[in-house]
Amino acid sequence: MQSTLFHRAAVGLTSLMISGLTFASDWTERSELDLRPGVTQVSQDIQDLHTTVLWIVTVIGLLVFGLIVYSMISHRRAKNPNPSTFHENVFLEVLWTVIPFVILIAMAVPATRVLVQIDDSAESELTVKVTGYRWKWSYEYLTYEDDNDIGVSFFSNLATPPEQYNNPVLAGGLFPYGTAKELVGKEAPEKDHNYQLEVDNKLIIPSGQKVRFLVTSDDVIHSFWIPDFGGKKDAIPGFVNEMWAKVPEGKEGTYYGQCAELCGKNHAFMPIAVEVVSQDEFKTWIAEEKEKAASGPDLTPFTGLDQAMDEGKQVYASACALCHGANGEGGIGLPFAGTDFATKPEHLNEHIDVLVNGRAAMPAFKAQLTPRQIAAVVTYERNAFGNDTGDLIQPADVNDHE
Amino acid sequence: MSTAAATHDDHHDHHHAPTGLKRWLFSTNHKDIGTLYLWFSFAMFLAGGFMAMVIRAELLEPGMQFVDPEFFNQMTTVHGLIMVFGAVMPATVGLANWMIPLMIGAPDMALPRMNNWSFWILPFAFAILIGSVIMSAFGDGNPSAPNFGWTFYAPLSTKYGPDSTDLFILSVHMMGISSIMGAINVVVTVFNMRAPGMTLMKMPLFVWTWLITAFLLIAVIPVLAGAVTMMLTDRHFGTSFFDAAGGGDPVLFQHVFWFFGHPEVYIMILPSFGIVSAIIPAFARKPLFGYASMVYATASIALLSFVVWAHHMFTVGMPLAGTLFFMYMTMLISVPTGVKVFNWVATMWRGSMSFELPMKWAIAFVVLFTCGGLSGLMLAITPVDFQYHDTYFVVAHFHYVLVTGAIFSIFAAAYYWLPKWSGVMPNKTLGELHFWNSLISANLLFFPMHFVGLAGMPRRYADYALQFADYNFWISIGGFWFGLSQLLFLAVAVLCAMKKGEKAAAKPWDGAEGLEWEVPSPAPFHTYDTPPVVK
Repeated sequence: MQSTLFHRAAVGLTSLMISGLTFASDWTERSELDLRPGVTQVSQDIQDLHTTVLWIVTVIGLLVFGLIVYSMISHRRAKNPNPSTFHENVFLEVLWTVIPFVILIAMAVPATRVLVQIDDSAESELTVKVTGYRWKWSYEYLTYEDDNDIGVSFFSNLATPPEQYNNPVLAGGLFPYGTAKELVGKEAPEKDHNYQLEVDNKLIIPSGQKVRFLVTSDDVIHSFWIPDFGGKKDAIPGFVNEMWAKVPEGKEGTYYGQCAELCGKNHAFMPIAVEVVSQDEFKTWIAEEKEKAASGPDLTPFTGLDQAMDEGKQVYASACALCHGANGEGGIGLPFAGTDFATKPEHLNEHIDVLVNGRAAMPAFKAQLTPRQIAAVVTYERNAFGNDTGDLIQPADVNDHE
Repeated sequence: MSTAAATHDDHHDHHHAPTGLKRWLFSTNHKDIGTLYLWFSFAMFLAGGFMAMVIRAELLEPGMQFVDPEFFNQMTTVHGLIMVFGAVMPATVGLANWMIPLMIGAPDMALPRMNNWSFWILPFAFAILIGSVIMSAFGDGNPSAPNFGWTFYAPLSTKYGPDSTDLFILSVHMMGISSIMGAINVVVTVFNMRAPGMTLMKMPLFVWTWLITAFLLIAVIPVLAGAVTMMLTDRHFGTSFFDAAGGGDPVLFQHVFWFFGHPEVYIMILPSFGIVSAIIPAFARKPLFGYASMVYATASIALLSFVVWAHHMFTVGMPLAGTLFFMYMTMLISVPTGVKVFNWVATMWRGSMSFELPMKWAIAFVVLFTCGGLSGLMLAITPVDFQYHDTYFVVAHFHYVLVTGAIFSIFAAAYYWLPKWSGVMPNKTLGELHFWNSLISANLLFFPMHFVGLAGMPRRYADYALQFADYNFWISIGGFWFGLSQLLFLAVAVLCAMKKGEKAAAKPWDGAEGLEWEVPSPAPFHTYDTPPVVK
């Protein structure tokens, strides 16, 4: 702990000194000082506006602080023992009311222009519905060019493994860590370059085309924000908000973002990753996805318990561990390790039902996970964490479940 | 404690002051109640500060080290609530209690029993709120304390709120009742109890700014009470004000909240304007520049505060016309605010300045509050606000305005009037250490927040991507430094309360003006039984 702090101090000091000189190309560049120009026309207009306003306030600030400092030096008692007595000057007072007003108009004009431009989401080529969930995003492709019936949708979860961010240094005490106590003192794995930003399924959009996002939420308010696209929009239950982005051709790549409105415990754990690809690539990808979606769920049975457990483990880590604990010990959600619910045969059907249809605070997962994934994760929960039921649930069992 | 339990103002003291616990519990004396408010607010400042230390410890490095994200959210929430409702507001009410009667030549506040009540509600309100945090930290199963941010947006605080939300609602109601009663007391006192000859336009600016603050409080605290009551009925009585599934509107909550919330931020800063307008002329030995325009500017800021609330909500998806209206109105606020800053600079100009502790804090206030004001102007520009919104840039902005603004001015007031309250001069060495440590650490704490916000770090994040790590490290170091520095003020205040230090004259600052300096130091238990005559 000690050494990392000193290390951080040294690295921090150095990077603070040089950060003004480097120009970041990637959002994960350390210690940027200024707003990112981003890749879209809108984000660049916003950055220009930001620069203008920043210069104006910097000049005003320096002017005022300069006067204060000058006055503190020249009009101190040692130098100026006899104070003036003036306390009014109509001309000055009118002047410093009118001049700021004029400066404000000078700022309001470009601001209004950019705002009007941002507001215009008409004539988009691709429409994606973005829905915020606690704590993940889902993307549903609604229309692309002349196709009004795409029917492709998927969920996007944080891909950073919990071992990387659970680094407790205290066992209990004043602030019990809760679900990761057993990790105290354990060596934490090195954090990935895209720590807390990487997701399992990226949102894929084409370059050179206007993409409209219809932003909404399933539970509480979230906010959809990709800094490089410029601006954010709140995802509000019961509302559909619009925003759009057009990434120019030649700017293909992955862009990251994060949820920007407090949405509960794992607010910091629901990043956004967008992969911008060329239009050809996008067309191929969307056609493949469409075909997959049209062919119905994959109901191929698992070859054995091991295969189901392997797949279930991955699903559990991305969809269940945040609430039910990495080792099934519970948290916001109920525990699995050694519980009747996850071990007694009479609860098996109920177990599948809770996953498919939800219960109380537990959301329904039938829209988020495929029957194969649900079957795998139920199998996993009943055979991991010391549970040993030997139950093997097949995709068809889940698919038949009402 | 401070002041003069046993000091007799030779001619006017008709009865003995009560002693012991009863003196404080049953007090109807504006000075004792002011003292209670000030000690209470300092205690809350330390409690809220301790929560900030937990937040900064967790954010020192990427990864979750000390608390879990759930407890982290409770810390950010309760830190905000305590600092706003427990530290800044009661401190300014304490100053109003102590100073307004002395400044306008009144023997006491107009409604002394209500004054007692409005204070004694507060410890109970905060016991309820802090109790929920203690239950969360130590209770069986760690039931969650309020965890939805000090802005408690629905539906996070309604449908998804923890059980303790009901404690929070009760607590906010009680704080609100206390504030409204305090505000009514100020209004009635100022309108009815001014000494002969003390016309409205002769009142010290502190009294003016507090009068306007009091009107703001009376106007908007009921709106807050309405918001939490609607939450309560949504949670328990089947209404759907904020629930889209029942035909309600989550955005309505934000409109109601910010209709209270924006005037609220001026409630916290206007008394500071009054304090600084008293201190700068005293140490520049020159009358305040543009007294009348200061009064008008304060009133315009207060009026404008009612038509800018939706600038907190630019990202909720308002129509273009609405967005433009709120952008223009918000930008407009910088005109009267600028007038105030220019007036302070003009007051200093060609004065004969000395830099005792109150003046140091006041100048730091002017400079750093202006920084916060300028970043506020940047935030008003809607298209760029789409990028700044809910990032650390906003956190930097409002901490510049509230910590280096409101709280620095409260320290200025404390150093300025402590001689009057306690009869001894605040300890200079400790005071200087307190000032310089606070000044440097506050900037180390809050200035890099601008950068980390522009770089894209969202606020209320328990953990963050690696590119924000260096800034967060330094911010945390600044935070611990600033937090520890405040213990120096505790020492200063305790020394004054124990009457340890140089005896203070009735008017310890040679340039100070106003009726409060015409009574002895410490101010006798009863003052102005016979009103002074103001020429």
